[in-house]
Amino acid sequence: MNFETIASRPEAAPRSSTQQTAKISVRHLDFFYGKFQGLKNINLEVAERRVTAFIGPSGCGKSTLLRTLNRMYSLYPGQRAVGEIMFNGRNILDAGVDLNTLRAKVGMVFQKPTPFPMSIYDNIAFGVRLYENLSARAMDERVEWALVKAAMWEEAKNKLKQSGMALSGGQQQRLCIARAVAVKPEVLLLDEPTSALDPISTAKIEELISELKTEYTIAIVTHNMQQAARVSDYTAYMYLGELIEFGATDELFLKPSRKETEDYITGRFG
Amino acid sequence: MAESSILYRRRVWLNRWNLAMSLLTMAFGMLFLLWILAALFVRGFSALSPTLFTQMTPPPGSDGGLANAIFGSFVMVAAATFISTPIGILAGIYLAEFGKNTILASVTRFINDILLSAPSIVIGLFIYTVVVARMQHFSGWAGSFALALLAVPVVVRTTENMLRLVPNSLREAAIAMGAPMWKVILMVTLKAVRAGVVTGVLLAVARISGETAPLLFTALNNQFWSADMNAPMANLPVVIFQFAMSPFEEWQHLAWAGSLLITLAVLALNVMARIFFRQSAPK
Repeated sequence: MNFETIASRPEAAPRSSTQQTAKISVRHLDFFYGKFQGLKNINLEVAERRVTAFIGPSGCGKSTLLRTLNRMYSLYPGQRAVGEIMFNGRNILDAGVDLNTLRAKVGMVFQKPTPFPMSIYDNIAFGVRLYENLSARAMDERVEWALVKAAMWEEAKNKLKQSGMALSGGQQQRLCIARAVAVKPEVLLLDEPTSALDPISTAKIEELISELKTEYTIAIVTHNMQQAARVSDYTAYMYLGELIEFGATDELFLKPSRKETEDYITGRFG
Repeated sequence: MAESSILYRRRVWLNRWNLAMSLLTMAFGMLFLLWILAALFVRGFSALSPTLFTQMTPPPGSDGGLANAIFGSFVMVAAATFISTPIGILAGIYLAEFGKNTILASVTRFINDILLSAPSIVIGLFIYTVVVARMQHFSGWAGSFALALLAVPVVVRTTENMLRLVPNSLREAAIAMGAPMWKVILMVTLKAVRAGVVTGVLLAVARISGETAPLLFTALNNQFWSADMNAPMANLPVVIFQFAMSPFEEWQHLAWAGSLLITLAVLALNVMARIFFRQSAPK
């Protein structure tokens, strides 16, 4: 595999030789929580149909960065982003962007499983009903399709009418992934999706990520460096709101170009 | 060692003493509650009869029932509930989901707290001034408005408190699906605390169904059967107030029966609220 498509220089844009198209391009992104600057001049590209991982110690801004990609931060007055995040030829930080449509295209799965207080079926149909008008049969098919994608169908097919809250933690998280996949987004943002799960559920979700990347662009925040190494194609190492190093995962983990990155991934720091 | 065993024994005795005192105060409180209930049940049950539900409130010295008062109470409480529930829930949603820390929300919360503890007679007086005095007559509607005004703050409070219990992660998850705010609230957050909100409404109903003061000079009373909300309307609390103070034995019996009916109704509402809350309480 060719992992040299994105240079490992810090704050790098892909080299001109790149064959990988960027789904999202972040340029000169600054982020503020009130007066505190959470992100400083971030430049990176999220490659289409690849997994990009954001790693770094707590408070380094990796979740903040992820939450700018679907403008989740806009819920909170006092948080603002300055710069450029190009998605489908448009800067999503612009004032006129319709956030609901953006979020329908850029799905998100959170750290804690968050099933809605409704049946498993309705959990998945909820998002689909927002933007599509499907017949009952087409909806049934879509729900099954999403559950199959999330490796949940076998477990869930006989209890579609049961509450999503009654599932185990790992199942709830896969339900959330199914829910996010069901609306057929272009990008999936995963915010520490396995940190509340046991190793077996974690393994299932990692497998799932590898399968989903054939169709979706995925950005994942993780505290677990092994996880980043296992599932991602590109990794961004962040520290104190700055992007220290960004490049192909194998390269970043095997021969990081920056001392800080090396210290972090070898466990000498963080 | 000796010292520590003295300390230990002191603690044991202190514990016993405190336990005894708290049991005693509990018994003291329960005594009065049981006394009230016992008196109510003994006198109320002996006054219960099927004619309570079929006959009208009688003139002094003759037999009768409470049919018009039961009906009037039911209709006015129902109307008050229909008026106050949507207002209360919508205001609660505003406070918890939209207003949050804005000045308007803080002021609303403050006023709501005042309303929550306002003496009900003040509410009655207010409705008397703005409704009864203008319309030039007492009416069932005026009574309903007064009761609704008492119920609204209770519903606002519980709705807001319940919605605040919804973890922000659930709200964010629904918003992340691209759902507009009103759908997030209606289909996710409000649904998550449905049981709590319904409980709040039931408790508000329980509270207003025993109120006398606000009805005294709004709905007044009516000796006859009347389903006209524009006319003075009979209701249990005022009938009890009037009959219990009268020197006529038949009236006093009816007052006891009415008191028992209200108590049973409120008890039933509370039990219902508990059952409902337990059934679908968020885990």
